[in-house]
Amino acid sequence: MRLGLVIDLDTCVGCHACAVACKQWNTSGTLGPLSDYEPYGAAPSGVWVNRVRSYEQGQYPHSKTVNLPLSCMHCDRPPCVDVCPTGASYKREADGVVLVDDAKCMGCNYCAWACPYGARELDTASGTMKKCTLCIDRIYDTRLPEAERQPACVLACPANARHFGDLDDPDSEVSRLVRERRGYPLLPEMGCEPVNHYLPPRPAAASRPPAAAPAEAGGQGRAAAVQEWANRIVRR
Amino acid sequence: MSAVPESEIPADVPELEPREGQQVRYTTCYMCACRCGIKVTLENGRVRFIQGNPDHPVNRGVLCAKGNAGIMKQYSRAKLRAPLRRKPGSERGAGEFEEISWEEALDELTERLRRIRAEDPKKLAYFTGRDQMQALTGLWASQFGTINWAAHGGFCSVNMATAGLYTLGHAFWEFGDPDWERTRYFVLWGTAEDHASNPFKRGIDQVKRNGGRFVAVNPVRTGYQAVADEWVPIRPGTDGMLAMALGHCLLRDGQFDWAYLVRYTNAPQLVVQTPGEPGDGLILRDEDGAPLVWDLEQEACVDGRQAEIAPALFGAYTAPDGRPVKTAMTLLAERYLDAAYAPERAAEVCGIPAADIERLAAELAHVAFEEAIEVPCEWTDWAGRKHDRFIGRPVSMHAMRGVSAHSNGFQAARAIHTLQLLLGSVEVPGGHRAKPPYPRPVPPPARPARETAPDTPLGGSPLGFPVAPEDLVVDAAGEPLRIDKAFSWQAPLSAHGKMHTVITNAVAGDPYPIDTLMLFMANMAWNSAMNTAQIQELLCAKDEQGAYRLPYLVVSDAFHSETVQFADLVLPDTTYLERYDCISMLDRPISEPDGPADAIRQPILEPEGDVRPWQEVMIELGARLGLPAFTNDDGSPRYAGYNDFIVHYERAPGIGFLAGWRGADGDKPLRGEPNPQQWQRYIDNGAFFKYELPLSQQFYKFANKGYLEWAHEVGFIGAAEPIVMALYAEPLQRFRLAGQGLYDGPAPPDATDAERIAAYCDPLPLFYQPLEERRIEADGHPAYPFHAVTQRPMTMYHAWDSQNAWLRQILAQNHLYMNRARGEALGLADGDWVWVESHNGRIRAQLRLMEGTQADTVWSWNGMGKQAGIWGLEPGAPEATRGFLVNHLIDDRLPAREGEKPLSNSDPVTGQAAWYDLRVRVYKAAPEEQGSAYPPSPTFRPPPGVENGPLALLRYATHRARELRRSLRDTLTRGGWQ
Ligand code: SF4
Ligand code: SF4
Ligand code: SF4
Repeated sequence: MRLGLVIDLDTCVGCHACAVACKQWNTSGTLGPLSDYEPYGAAPSGVWVNRVRSYEQGQYPHSKTVNLPLSCMHCDRPPCVDVCPTGASYKREADGVVLVDDAKCMGCNYCAWACPYGARELDTASGTMKKCTLCIDRIYDTRLPEAERQPACVLACPANARHFGDLDDPDSEVSRLVRERRGYPLLPEMGCEPVNHYLPPRPAAASRPPAAAPAEAGGQGRAAAVQEWANRIVRR
Repeated sequence: MSAVPESEIPADVPELEPREGQQVRYTTCYMCACRCGIKVTLENGRVRFIQGNPDHPVNRGVLCAKGNAGIMKQYSRAKLRAPLRRKPGSERGAGEFEEISWEEALDELTERLRRIRAEDPKKLAYFTGRDQMQALTGLWASQFGTINWAAHGGFCSVNMATAGLYTLGHAFWEFGDPDWERTRYFVLWGTAEDHASNPFKRGIDQVKRNGGRFVAVNPVRTGYQAVADEWVPIRPGTDGMLAMALGHCLLRDGQFDWAYLVRYTNAPQLVVQTPGEPGDGLILRDEDGAPLVWDLEQEACVDGRQAEIAPALFGAYTAPDGRPVKTAMTLLAERYLDAAYAPERAAEVCGIPAADIERLAAELAHVAFEEAIEVPCEWTDWAGRKHDRFIGRPVSMHAMRGVSAHSNGFQAARAIHTLQLLLGSVEVPGGHRAKPPYPRPVPPPARPARETAPDTPLGGSPLGFPVAPEDLVVDAAGEPLRIDKAFSWQAPLSAHGKMHTVITNAVAGDPYPIDTLMLFMANMAWNSAMNTAQIQELLCAKDEQGAYRLPYLVVSDAFHSETVQFADLVLPDTTYLERYDCISMLDRPISEPDGPADAIRQPILEPEGDVRPWQEVMIELGARLGLPAFTNDDGSPRYAGYNDFIVHYERAPGIGFLAGWRGADGDKPLRGEPNPQQWQRYIDNGAFFKYELPLSQQFYKFANKGYLEWAHEVGFIGAAEPIVMALYAEPLQRFRLAGQGLYDGPAPPDATDAERIAAYCDPLPLFYQPLEERRIEADGHPAYPFHAVTQRPMTMYHAWDSQNAWLRQILAQNHLYMNRARGEALGLADGDWVWVESHNGRIRAQLRLMEGTQADTVWSWNGMGKQAGIWGLEPGAPEATRGFLVNHLIDDRLPAREGEKPLSNSDPVTGQAAWYDLRVRVYKAAPEEQGSAYPPSPTFRPPPGVENGPLALLRYATHRARELRRSLRDTLTRGGWQ
């Protein structure tokens, strides 16, 4: 299996539900606690392993706001694992999930520098690296109803923009989405071979009704037209 | 969603989550007004995880950022811990409080309220914020006997509710939604992250997944607009013009649903045309009051309510009494086809090219008429005729705050509904669908209570829907009777009251002084007030004798807000996880178009500190005061608490706060005697109730015999009669005639009121420039080239705080956003600190330049700015030092005119606060002024029990993480890659 996420940029409204769900689940989970620094102070910050960034494309009035949720891509060639001097960072054989062994991690931050996606964060309170576990403490938990054996962020996403599954299985929903919607990995040129994929905005034209017969141009006030309409018999 | 099949689960993953000792409870989220169902996992008495309830009709399992941050609300350090009294001798607003017991607090309050009730009950003004429990607070107020009650709708979205209810008999959001499943073309007008949250995100996904088109009309491209297929960057305050120009094109091209208008609206009804005479503009009626239409076959005026007649949609005729009449549709077409509403004119007003307006109109018409859909289903119409399908026009629309918060918002919303009616897309498959108990008659048959008497309940609710000047809440001289001047000549249709005027009016003693103002969950001294700094001064204003002009302020809130700071008595509320509550159909429903729904909250955690849910306090105060609904005949309390009240109180026989599992055996949905097991049935069902209508009753509800009869049986409507939608809003004409001096009944005593009533209470939609900006231009104020508007970020909307430790990491400082090219042309750069100046004052804010902002608009996130030391935040928090409120710039009154009494900065029809009419200019602050917001906030001390000192680190967890060590095999292979 190569488990990962497929994120639909056509419907992601940048609501941060996934980011907060991730924070909420993981602060009491296997990664936790996820520290918050100065939570009520002048510079509130903390450890989040899924963040949503927004940027604009194009120029007014044809600009578009793009929301881009970013978490670990569970790369097939993860540079973070390469650089880890203690062997704490690893990629699981069974499912491709990239994890950190907290007991071995010494918080040197090399992996964070190596990751081109900014997916790793140092928790200064624990002195260890935190990153997306693909909610490994949910997805295999058979005590959960099957529908809930999903990452917290996928469960939460109100816009149905996040999909979890096996990208090795050509019949999985995620593989189908990538195929049909021409999904792509981020920064392929970095050579990390990310498992996670993003779906581009659907072409607007495809969802647009064909243009109706062009309206008479320059329709100026024609109150007279009201009289021109012959009444039709329509039974009430 | 697909999970990993059990056969594939690797053997090396231990049970990482200690599920033993965890409990799961269902309740309803209250992080905003959407009211999603939540499934809460508890561990060791603390919240482990809050997730969406997959079965819940509102959110179907998903949960927004706010809902996911509930833990940090629950453990917020801004929580009030005990009742507080302003220290004797200390100044109001100084924040000097002493803790008192509930017994003392309630004794003090009861005594005061008892005296007020015995003297003049309207000297108690009771206004509530984002509470969504108006069924209870409204009942309490009318039992107390004060007409001075309302919730926050008057400064939120009353324009939308009123326009909808006076046009369709339902409205947007809680009253109706797009048919997400079937719609092919969805137009979103104005800000919408506000109402609603999760259902809209789900809906937008559905539309796009089905290949539908999503058009966003909004000056700003953030939020939902980000994923729109087309962005229409409209100039603020001009939506009504765009809607009318679209209507102009449709009418001009004959692209409207003729049959729909004839059958389901008052478009064919005849309107008297006798300008300058009484009766002008009213619908022609026979002796029995039946509206008349012109029958094309009988060539005569006939009762327009009959089936099978052939009413003329257009034309001018002569009434039997000789008066000239025209069909309402003719008047509408004459209005719309005027050059004033041509696309070329709209282009100038709205800043949208005429060609785009033409194209949008053509697209709307195309989808409505060429891509019409059918839902095969046998149904019977109101006249007993059988049909084998529902015809659908798959165009839907939604509008909310952005349209609402202008002084022309009522008419703009009417124009949007008119567009929907022209397209035949209301209550049809793919269109805009009503949510039961809506639709109701147009408008609903409740009139606001007017008479008050000592120790006497009101005859009805303080709020309602006036249809004629006789329904106004004014005295014999025509002066307002309510403290907020709702239902007066200044705002005849103020169906939600005018909370934003209460403090100013009460302090001015205009129309009269009051004794006590009771506020629940409303930050009226800060982000819910216009003219914030002045409101704070007014709260502390004293008369010549040194007594406060507003003698007594009671505030109930769960958190230390800016308003708490000004209270004489603070009654600490609980969080949503610590209370009994119900989301009642008697209030603002959570129904879906396919059937009514309601829900409960159950306490799943013990309250922290000496706090009580406001609902329980209401019930107890009701009993202490001997209010009949809350007391037995022997004077003892009638209810043991709020959940006892919810289960046993009946508003009418068989109708109570909850509709599910009624009847002694729980087998009577919607109507039946109280069921002592009802509460448990809700808990067993995941804390909600949903009744699904048969498909044959899901559409055309206004004319659907099966639905109407059922709705009558369960008490939603008074009679199983068809609901005729109002293209022509006759009640407005009655007011207008009064303004013109042509009404046989009450008339406005004041010339300004008369002029405004005559101008704006138009029975047909119209566009006019927002009142404040027009005055500012006319009064020759310095040029204010920008419109200034606000919106709430998705992570905070309706969340009545932003001190949440997680959410404030996403956003803790607001900026002023401006179009990039426009800003650069003004010599401004991203990050500059600028002055933002209106006719009412100036603030300093940090600028951000962006593409997705209409060129004449600046905007910011609302409610981000806080006062220093409040909300449990350290005084140096960016919310207080760099964040700001636009509210300072907004006057709560229109710029004064000689010889004119003060006029509220509101929509003249509904009294809706005109937040977004604001005009400003923007210029760079001096070098020494860079880096901080203006006005600077004084630093407040928190009351006893609330902490706002430094906190370096927070590490929330409900259990110690179980370590996930790598397997030996993994270690040996260093993962599965080379
Ligand atoms: S929850 Fe979904 S819509 Fe919201 S930011 Fe995350 S991916 Fe985007
Ligand atoms: S999969 Fe889990 S850990 Fe990864 S981003 Fe989503 S919620 Fe966070
Ligand atoms: S905050 Fe609002 S939208 Fe979010 S989950 Fe709660 S009720 Fe739903």
